[in-house]
Amino acid sequence: MTFDWPTVLPLLFMAVMGLSLLAYVVLDGYDLGVGILLPFATDDQKDIMVSSIGPFWDANETWLVLGIGVLLVAFPKAHSLVLTNLYLPVAVMLVGLILRGVSFDFRVKARAARKGMWNALFAAGSLMAAMAQGWMLGSYLTGFDHGPWSLAFAAGIALTLPTAYAMLGAGWLIMKTWDELQLRAVDWARKVLWPMGLALVGISLATPLVSHTVFSKWFSMPELIGLLPIPVACAAAFFAAWQVTARPRIVAAGYGWVLFASTVLIFVMAFLGLAYSLYPYIVIDRLTVWQAASAHESLVVIFIGVAITLPAIIVYTVFMYRVFWGRATTLSYAAHTPH
Amino acid sequence: MDALVLSRIQFAANISFHILFPTINIALAWFLVYFRLRNNAARDAAEAQHWEEAYFLWTKVFALSFALGVVSGITMSFQFGTNWPGFMERAGNIAGPLLGYEVLTAFFLEATFLGIMLFGRGRVSDRVHLFASLMVAGGTTLSAFWILSLNSWMQTPTGYRIVDGVMHADSWLAIVFNPSFPYRLAHKLLASTITASFLIAGLSAWQFLRKANNGGSARALRTAITVAAIAVPLQIVAGDMHGLNTLEHQPAKIAAIEGIWHTEKSAPLTLFGLPNEKEGRTDYAITVPKLASLILAHDMDAELKGLDEFKDTHPPVAPVFWSFRVMVGMGVLMLVVAWWSALTLWRRRRSAGADQPLSMLQLRVLTAMTFSGWLATLAGWYVTEIGRQPFIVYGLLRTAQVVAEHPAGMVLTTLLAYLAVYAFLLVAYVLVLAYMSTHPAMPTPDTPLSPKAALPVGGPA
Ligand code: HDD
Ligand code: HEM
Ligand code: HEM
Repeated sequence: MTFDWPTVLPLLFMAVMGLSLLAYVVLDGYDLGVGILLPFATDDQKDIMVSSIGPFWDANETWLVLGIGVLLVAFPKAHSLVLTNLYLPVAVMLVGLILRGVSFDFRVKARAARKGMWNALFAAGSLMAAMAQGWMLGSYLTGFDHGPWSLAFAAGIALTLPTAYAMLGAGWLIMKTWDELQLRAVDWARKVLWPMGLALVGISLATPLVSHTVFSKWFSMPELIGLLPIPVACAAAFFAAWQVTARPRIVAAGYGWVLFASTVLIFVMAFLGLAYSLYPYIVIDRLTVWQAASAHESLVVIFIGVAITLPAIIVYTVFMYRVFWGRATTLSYAAHTPH
Repeated sequence: MDALVLSRIQFAANISFHILFPTINIALAWFLVYFRLRNNAARDAAEAQHWEEAYFLWTKVFALSFALGVVSGITMSFQFGTNWPGFMERAGNIAGPLLGYEVLTAFFLEATFLGIMLFGRGRVSDRVHLFASLMVAGGTTLSAFWILSLNSWMQTPTGYRIVDGVMHADSWLAIVFNPSFPYRLAHKLLASTITASFLIAGLSAWQFLRKANNGGSARALRTAITVAAIAVPLQIVAGDMHGLNTLEHQPAKIAAIEGIWHTEKSAPLTLFGLPNEKEGRTDYAITVPKLASLILAHDMDAELKGLDEFKDTHPPVAPVFWSFRVMVGMGVLMLVVAWWSALTLWRRRRSAGADQPLSMLQLRVLTAMTFSGWLATLAGWYVTEIGRQPFIVYGLLRTAQVVAEHPAGMVLTTLLAYLAVYAFLLVAYVLVLAYMSTHPAMPTPDTPLSPKAALPVGGPA
């Protein structure tokens, strides 16, 4: 491989796209998770749950727009191939995202009698979006194969991803809420922890089975040892999460954030594993990063934009999180009157 | 119906739904900044309270419309890949960077600062909050800039070169500032201003009719009417210039708009009639001699090209013809209503803050015209977009070349699903606006968007 711009630029874009999608999965993951957990809370708790994600969800969702945007900008051929193959799950996800995004606002603005309906749509939309994303990931990994095993694999991920999101959501609530709702969030985390863990192990084992390319990349000798940190880190993170759910004292002592952090770590590790499995393909076994890339001069133009704006986006995102730092109560109403 | 027609209907449905909300938000964000500034600058507490009331209600409307705009916009960004893969493969080198810049410079800006604008009052200083509001307003306007640049480029492509059927960029300056872009941007931003003005005026008038008005209603009404009275005539001028630009670059579209079937000198202006595409004439036409030549070429004897010169490259005539008349008709009606109301407000300016600034008739007319901006905007877009057919990139790439080959049944399924969701949301949106405006509320206790329903102030609960 030569290291000139036309070779490196597509790789950089692959990285930007991957990181945007990772950011999306983690960030929107927690608020989709909160949506999935909504039906299990009391009425007052629902209000707090919603206000804990209020200022964030829109910006979180924008990472999806960026991820898909980079796919479209930098790899138009892959963009067409992926999205035409995922036509139906994309539609389901979009309807889900529409429902949850609007219910969020409608639920407090419509007359009170309708609030229950909007709550239900909020939860249903979150669940739909999460499952559709799982399905998309599954069918992407099998190279859009329609054999029974591949479909079963996609269905497996469609069922798993919501549990992982619920875990993130519970972790978020543990950090953002207090008292009864916080305890409840710990309880939710305890309930989804094992199903999530088992499902993740299952998927990790199944992935090399449904794809030969992945199999040969993982199960050859020096690589396997080099890759060991990934499963080990996942196991450690899982153990930490389990400890938090098992010992209320940890949360009481203010270390509840460990649950969120370790779930994020699991996501990051899964992402790294995936990136390794796929490289250098953007659509497995079909299109490499370079085959799919758009014209060099277009990549350069957009790269300049990315290099300038991405740091700025990160700065103001961090600023926003700092503004709303702390418990969700302080986020809402009362207390801080400006006048 | 085949996948092409269904995909077109689906795209049109999605974008038509999407554009309803940006059209409100682009200008409403600036109205909100204005309400805030008036609130800051108010001489006494009562006056500040009134502007605060206006700010509060319209922030709620903004938040709701913004949510609808965002989720439907996300749908848009997936549509290119799911239904028009050929477009990205052929024109991706040009469309991609423009869309990319929109995401990077505009979407993140507005989405991130939106949180602070809506929920951050009291958490950040007044200055920072104002700054966040400005970033949101600037972000929405910037996003209109980029997307309209792309759309205009698709109408009047320049600055490209074609290698093996794929378009490559030659000059980004020529691409971004393509010939129809300045006109489209101006016309669209004015359309947004007018749409938001009539929405504000309409809902405020409705508050007076329902006796649910507060101090904010009168101020919002006055602001909106003033803005509309200025923006509508500007829009008519901008529209005329836009039309001249189109005549230069897309004469087939103008021929369809005016119903000019054959190339002729001293062409008459057709006011109404039924375009009959099979026979190539307009039935029952009411015409004004020589006026079309005068308006379009500013010369009574000028020759205008007819549809017969563009055999299989002209758009379907009837939808373009009718949409154009709806838009212009709305424009004229808006002008009359805006000036009439403005005149009354001007006459009664000394009794500002009186319980009823306008006559009952005026209030009713304004209420009826709450969503007139939507009608004109959609009609305008149909003129532009249908008028570009059969091309997706004018003169270069046909729509039929780029469609995805999905089974028609599948496209029909998703189309019906989207339509059901959109119909439901549209009804909910209008009902909730009516509900919120008749229950104008003050914050409980303080941020405009507290997740609890706010307490009604004045008027029936
Ligand atoms: C970025 C590009 C872009 C933008 C900003 C818009 N459109 Fe568009 N429009 C297209 C790109 C496009 C397209 C991809 O080029 C379509 C899809 C299929 C086609 O025929 O052209 C199209 C078709 C299309 C059609 C169907 C025309 C036909 O098939 O006969 C309608 C009614 C609209 N659009 C309406 C709109 C509205 C209401 C818009 C306001 C936001 C809008 N378009 C913005
Ligand atoms: C095919 C065309 C279009 C696509 C692909 C598209 C895409 C999008 C997307 C993805 C969003 C969500 C952004 C976020 O997450 O904040 C959005 C919102 C927005 N779009 Fe579009 N859009 C299109 C047409 C237009 C047009 C023509 C305009 C204006 C003239 C426009 C103006 C806006 C604005 C102002 C927003 C911010 C949200 C709002 O105010 O409701 N868009 N669009
Ligand atoms: C009454 C005088 C008006 C005239 C002469 C006029 C003229 C035009 C013309 C010629 C076009 C087509 C541009 C093209 O060829 O692509 C257009 C498009 C459009 N019009 Fe108007 N217009 C008028 C009023 C309005 C009003 C009142 C609104 C909305 C409030 C509006 C909204 C639009 C929109 C959204 C478009 C599509 C976007 C664009 O191409 O700019 N127009 N107008």
